[in-house]
Amino acid sequence: MSNTNENGAMLTADGQPLKRSLATALRRQKIRALLLISPLLIFVLITFLFPIGSMLFRSVENNIVVEILPETVVALATWDGKSGELPDETIYAAFAGDLQRAAKNKSHTRVGLRLNYEKSGSASLFKKTARQAKKWDLETDAPFKEKLIAAHKGWGEVEIWQTLKTHSSRYTAGYFLNAVDMRKTQNGPEMQPENRQILIKLFQRTLIMSLLITVACILLGYPVAWLLANLPRSQSNLLMILVLLPFWTSLLVRTSAWKVMLQQQGVINDIFVALGMIEESGRLVMINNQFGTIIAMTHILLPFMILPMYSVMQTIQPTYLQAAKSLGATNWTAFWRVYFPQSVPGIGAGSILVFILSIGYYITPEIVGGNKGVFISNRIAYHIFQSMNWGLAAALGAILLAVVLILYWAYDKVVGIDNVKLGG
Amino acid sequence: MKFTKTVLVTVALSLPAGLALAGSHEEMTIVSWGGAYSKSQLKAYHEPYSAMTGVTIINDESAGTAVAKLRAMKEAGNLTWDVVDVEAGPAMQLCDEGLAMEIDHDSMLADAPDGTPASVDFGSFIVSPCFIPQIVYSYTVGFRNDMVGSTPPTSICAIFDTETYPGKRSLKKGALSNMEWALLCDGVAKADIYPTLETEAGQDQALAKLDTIKDDVIWWSAGADTPQLLADGEVVMGSTFNGRLFALIEEDKQPVSMLWDGQIYDLDGWIIPTGLSPEREARALDYVKFATDTQRLADQSKWISYGPTRASSAALVDKHAELGIDMAPHMPTDPANSKNTFLMNYAFWADYKDDIEGKFQAWLAK
Repeated sequence: MSNTNENGAMLTADGQPLKRSLATALRRQKIRALLLISPLLIFVLITFLFPIGSMLFRSVENNIVVEILPETVVALATWDGKSGELPDETIYAAFAGDLQRAAKNKSHTRVGLRLNYEKSGSASLFKKTARQAKKWDLETDAPFKEKLIAAHKGWGEVEIWQTLKTHSSRYTAGYFLNAVDMRKTQNGPEMQPENRQILIKLFQRTLIMSLLITVACILLGYPVAWLLANLPRSQSNLLMILVLLPFWTSLLVRTSAWKVMLQQQGVINDIFVALGMIEESGRLVMINNQFGTIIAMTHILLPFMILPMYSVMQTIQPTYLQAAKSLGATNWTAFWRVYFPQSVPGIGAGSILVFILSIGYYITPEIVGGNKGVFISNRIAYHIFQSMNWGLAAALGAILLAVVLILYWAYDKVVGIDNVKLGG
Repeated sequence: MKFTKTVLVTVALSLPAGLALAGSHEEMTIVSWGGAYSKSQLKAYHEPYSAMTGVTIINDESAGTAVAKLRAMKEAGNLTWDVVDVEAGPAMQLCDEGLAMEIDHDSMLADAPDGTPASVDFGSFIVSPCFIPQIVYSYTVGFRNDMVGSTPPTSICAIFDTETYPGKRSLKKGALSNMEWALLCDGVAKADIYPTLETEAGQDQALAKLDTIKDDVIWWSAGADTPQLLADGEVVMGSTFNGRLFALIEEDKQPVSMLWDGQIYDLDGWIIPTGLSPEREARALDYVKFATDTQRLADQSKWISYGPTRASSAALVDKHAELGIDMAPHMPTDPANSKNTFLMNYAFWADYKDDIEGKFQAWLAK
């Protein structure tokens, strides 16, 4: 039946070598598969990877100074900022020219806002000086050193020139330094003054609290998942609805409900007082602190722990336990040596889900966290919406992303990602 | 079959109608704060304007994040907003970033009825060339009548007096307003507050004063928080926008009173984004001219206790449209309420917000 050519290679019915024919068929299949997933792939690229990439790029991008004050940046390259002496007239003249052009197309305020993140007062310094710079004649009005200092005494301080020089590069590590409570100075990276340090503390707090929430979810979720998997169907269905019902309720509603429950004039305190367990004057503070955040977030994230655990436990054969017991194991030994190891993949999946979700949580800590229960994401939101320092927000986001990826990698090394099961 | 037919017929009938609507019908998106405030704008501005011109107004309630969103829209090149309601500080920032259009107040806005040009009528409330003033509101304090004993507070410094007024107080989770009050109650003269805050020592002094009540404070981030906390009896007193307290006292009838002392005036107004198409820009300007004329600003005060920014509107402030009470005594600018006030120093905060807010947040997290 089979044909061969003169070299002895196999041929198909139409005379093509079998190898090539197979390769063509395979390629066609691959293209078809690629075409099938291409809508999703393009969608993910456009709406997910590209925006994330462009947002992360902002953490190093620093075009504003060099684009709006190009000649000043070139001139400043020759100036030694560490000497502590003011730059000479050529630099002032270059700056006067840049500032006048910037003032005419109204971009001077953008440099001011950028440098104001580094040195308070820069915003008004640029704004006030530009008003006068617009009227100068660049040919005849020299020297500009005196003119600029007369326009605003800030230009007579060496600090503003040092700031300008330090932050004039097109790409900067400054935002990443800021993100770990450091700052870029002309002498290299330095720690922020003590009263500005906050972000490292917030990163630590975010990690520790997320860990606590994950552990709380494991402890609370495990027995529920076990019940779900082992109760008769009619009862377990009811239990499942009880688990899912809060899951389907709006996040905001659940968080606000915890406010009503936990506040000092709230339900729980009222019950304690009514039962005489605490004094009227000694009502417990359970919200607007870390405790409140942990309670509310544990409740909100619990279904993400229970559901993976449940789907794994469902597959554990009860016969194993019976066999262990019939061989003389106590209830505890049977559970600990036989049942528990089989349920670990469910714990692993649930923990990853809960931990990664809680590390990036924003709205619940914002509402119930007070001042000590807020997360790093609340700071990111602040820099996106309030201070408008998107570079710093991007650097914080990049670090958070890196932390999650490192933890995921570490988890893979220790537990093995193959041991994670979301079901069956 | 019958169902499919019905659907087809409906689609066929509504399609031309929909197309016609998109073709001739004018729409504009106005961004504001929502709640009672948006309602006051709906009643005083949007409804009469729509009735007059046939323009449909869509209210978008994202004013709280307007600066960030406008910047993102500009970068994406897809501007969907026509007129935006912002506070004076963010308006200055938008102007500096080139995201808001500069306004010639005299030629683009209506004169007062007696012919006074708009720039004089608004006076010092025009804090930025892009800013079209609308209302004066204030950060002020309300207290529970039943929790302050027989000596209700009369001074803003009651927030620092935990001996006379024990219990929690709610303050804004931010430096603005708190730093000013802290210095004022630490003995700094009103005129010296902002110069003092410029210095490291002054900032430390304010934070040290706030440190004395740190454990007694619930920090709020939404304007509705303090009214809620007061209504629940969670706090003995708390700061918020004066209009929120008005609603709590007069509409919800809660046992709460206004302190007014030491209130900090802030402004709210319109900006028009840069980069609108000529016809959208013309419509936005037409709307703003209508919405900020003397009568319209006075009309808004029938719905909410925020003061009109035009001098010529003050005399026209009338009764509340639903409650029927006289609105003048509830305005932050009423002489009886404004014995001890100060105006937010926008130029100062534009320069020092990043630094002081950074320190404040670090202090808060400690």
